[in-house]
Amino acid sequence: MSGIVTETQFHVLAVDDSIIDRKLIERLLKTSSYQVTAVDSGVKALEYLGLLDDEDTSTDSTPVSTTKNHHEVEVNLIITDYCMPGITGYDLLRKIKESTLLKDIPVVIMSSENVPSRINSCLEQGAEEFFLKPVRQSDVNKLRPHLMRKSGKRKEDHQPNKRKPMEECMSPDRTRARYNDDLEL
Amino acid sequence: MEGHQLQHQAACMRKALFDQGYLDDQFLQLEDLEDEANPNFVEEVVKLYYSDSARFIRNIELTLDKNPFDFEKLDDIMHQFKGSSSSIGAKKLKTECTQFQEYCKIGNFEGCMRTFQEVKQEHAVLKKKLESYFQVFLLVHVYNCVYVCVDVHFVTN
Repeated sequence: MSGIVTETQFHVLAVDDSIIDRKLIERLLKTSSYQVTAVDSGVKALEYLGLLDDEDTSTDSTPVSTTKNHHEVEVNLIITDYCMPGITGYDLLRKIKESTLLKDIPVVIMSSENVPSRINSCLEQGAEEFFLKPVRQSDVNKLRPHLMRKSGKRKEDHQPNKRKPMEECMSPDRTRARYNDDLEL
Repeated sequence: MEGHQLQHQAACMRKALFDQGYLDDQFLQLEDLEDEANPNFVEEVVKLYYSDSARFIRNIELTLDKNPFDFEKLDDIMHQFKGSSSSIGAKKLKTECTQFQEYCKIGNFEGCMRTFQEVKQEHAVLKKKLESYFQVFLLVHVYNCVYVCVDVHFVTN
């Protein structure tokens, strides 16, 4: 393996509580040759990015960590649904932009509702794009400039085993606050 | 030739689905995502949609049965159902969902009940139509495969 220069694919983290939309966005992203990790909630996204365990104030990684060391996970872009139970896409965006380590990762918001104030507040919070759902190929084509712009940064050779894409979560997050227990999740 | 008839049938069914307003442009987007590596993407998405969306229907039914009436919750569930339906290009169904949400917003119980029947019906009708369409599509594909095999056999002998 050593000595071979391999072209690293861009890695996109997709966040959406809808299984249909996750399947769609994943397919769309893959046609653009992006590597995709899809999660079904903002909480899982934060977990994946390593923002849940600590407040991201310390720069040294503790030798014993209950969650994945976020230095090993490289995400080049995050695309998230706006309306999700628990942490919304907007909350997720804010947390990412507040993180010293992750604030430079481009974030894109998707929403089925065309609400100008919502779009403005997302863009003001630092989202690169706001896509109306259903998302199309022409939308996904807009991602490349944002990825290319940031691509100079951290493209050292990675050991293959450091990148462990999370399995796609097929079942909805069980901590939906909106529903009573007797409803199907 | 049977193959041409099958293909013609598939094309007619497809055209009817669009002309009669069952499907919109989003369905075309799904078709564009099919390729040699993902030849059944549309059917996969539709199947996934029907297995997933059943719970929205059930949850609305459960919520409609409760007292006092929770319009906000109904609107919330319908919002998600509409989103999924929109993602597969279900045009008529999307319209019915929007109508239901309108009744939720003004707190019209009768309107909700009535529209929900329409939603359920459209959901079921579209399922049948798409199932039939995919079946014919499959037959066309099978026929083409057999035809090609036979053709190759004659060429090589």
